[in-house]
Amino acid sequence: MAFNVQAELRATGDLGLIIEREAGSALIIDTTEHKQLARIDKLGDLSHASVVFSRDQRFAYIFGRDGGLSKIDLLQDKLDKRIVQAGNSIGGAISQDGTLIAVSNYTPGGVKIFSADTLELVADIPADYDNGKLSKVVGLVDAPDQRFVFSLFDAGEIWTIDMSDPKKPKIEKFKNVGKFPYDGLITSDGRFYIAGLFGESGLALLDLWEPEKGIKRILPDYVKPDEQLPVYKMPHLEGWAVADDYIFVPAIGKNEVLVIDKQSWKLVKAIPVAGQPVFVMARPDGRQVWVNFATPENNKLQVIDVKTLNLQSTLTPGHAVLHMEFTPRGENVWVAVRDDDQVLVYDTHTLKEIAHLPAQKPNGVFFTSRANKIGF
Amino acid sequence: MKKTLLLLCISLNCLAAEPTSVRQAELRHLLKNDCGACHGLTLKGGMGPALLPDNLQGKPDEFLINTILQGRKGTAMPPWKAFMNADDALWLVRQLRKVPQ
Repeated sequence: MAFNVQAELRATGDLGLIIEREAGSALIIDTTEHKQLARIDKLGDLSHASVVFSRDQRFAYIFGRDGGLSKIDLLQDKLDKRIVQAGNSIGGAISQDGTLIAVSNYTPGGVKIFSADTLELVADIPADYDNGKLSKVVGLVDAPDQRFVFSLFDAGEIWTIDMSDPKKPKIEKFKNVGKFPYDGLITSDGRFYIAGLFGESGLALLDLWEPEKGIKRILPDYVKPDEQLPVYKMPHLEGWAVADDYIFVPAIGKNEVLVIDKQSWKLVKAIPVAGQPVFVMARPDGRQVWVNFATPENNKLQVIDVKTLNLQSTLTPGHAVLHMEFTPRGENVWVAVRDDDQVLVYDTHTLKEIAHLPAQKPNGVFFTSRANKIGF
Repeated sequence: MKKTLLLLCISLNCLAAEPTSVRQAELRHLLKNDCGACHGLTLKGGMGPALLPDNLQGKPDEFLINTILQGRKGTAMPPWKAFMNADDALWLVRQLRKVPQ
């Protein structure tokens, strides 16, 4: 007698990963069912980790603090491949065509590019400046025409690299962009790369449609050095900074979210918030921007109404609100609360908690909908 | 300047009060999570340099305590004096110097 076991089919569009920072593991989760599907162990040091997804959403690539690059199979709940490619790493990106994975490294300072399929090394680009010094690399994003764009923290430079011919990478360097670019974002149309500056006021803007015009400084006089509050955690910039006609970014050393006009690049408003913003993320439709904070205000989450540019609400999800991620059309946001060992799911319309999942010291939450978005 | 440094040395080492066990737990949490955010959960470095015992060799306690409390101007290291006092900072430095068993 034939015993027919129908394997449960799993699709990829509503999946995600939650990083467990101390255990060095990742949870595969389902955002429709609000449940955990699997835990993948032995992923090295994930005390800081970033994730990109393959173009078919089947695989997640985790960039770990210890230089580990892990390829996770989200359909078969297993680690597909893992390499340790550097001493210290902060993040990465996937190329326009999905064939290449680029990693931004602190040690040794530079970018390494791998085959997304096999994780074999394709290119090694040291971030050299000033007679042989190597800079930490931050703010690495993919850009149209098979390029990557990234910033050199120590050097104060922005580089673009064209990988159309993987054997002959073409690099363009923009120098003196500003002191200590700490992260970068690219707008969802892949046109504007913006690096936030830690060492001086403002941001550095590169228009990829007109790179010959060089770098433009936005908000050059925004904050004076003696006015700055201490920054206990470095903020992060990503493409979810864009909502309506504005770009929303964390101020450095001021408890404010800065609203920048996308046409004029001028400051429209500085919204006072509870603390030093770390993540300033727009809901996918752009009607709300959610903000979390560095210590000591890291028990709070604030919601800005983009229509009025005013604070709409302050939530207190728990202790150490480290990260958040919106479902693809934005009806929910998942919030990692490290010291409560859980991830909360909020309804973004009612602002009510609708579900929670246990997670060991969760930090990053990443959904597969990033797979086909430029800059993710 | 030398006299002040000498007095500071004496006061820190002779009169430093060991933090309570509750406070020690708070400081360990801070070290792991807040210091760890830039220096790494394993203290092997990140945005900030590694803080393992080998890395701290040759750097006097007072220098490290000052770095913790006052930060380092022109770098990403902020002052932590709003979160702790010199006794706490000395205790942290001593923990950092211990070679793990």
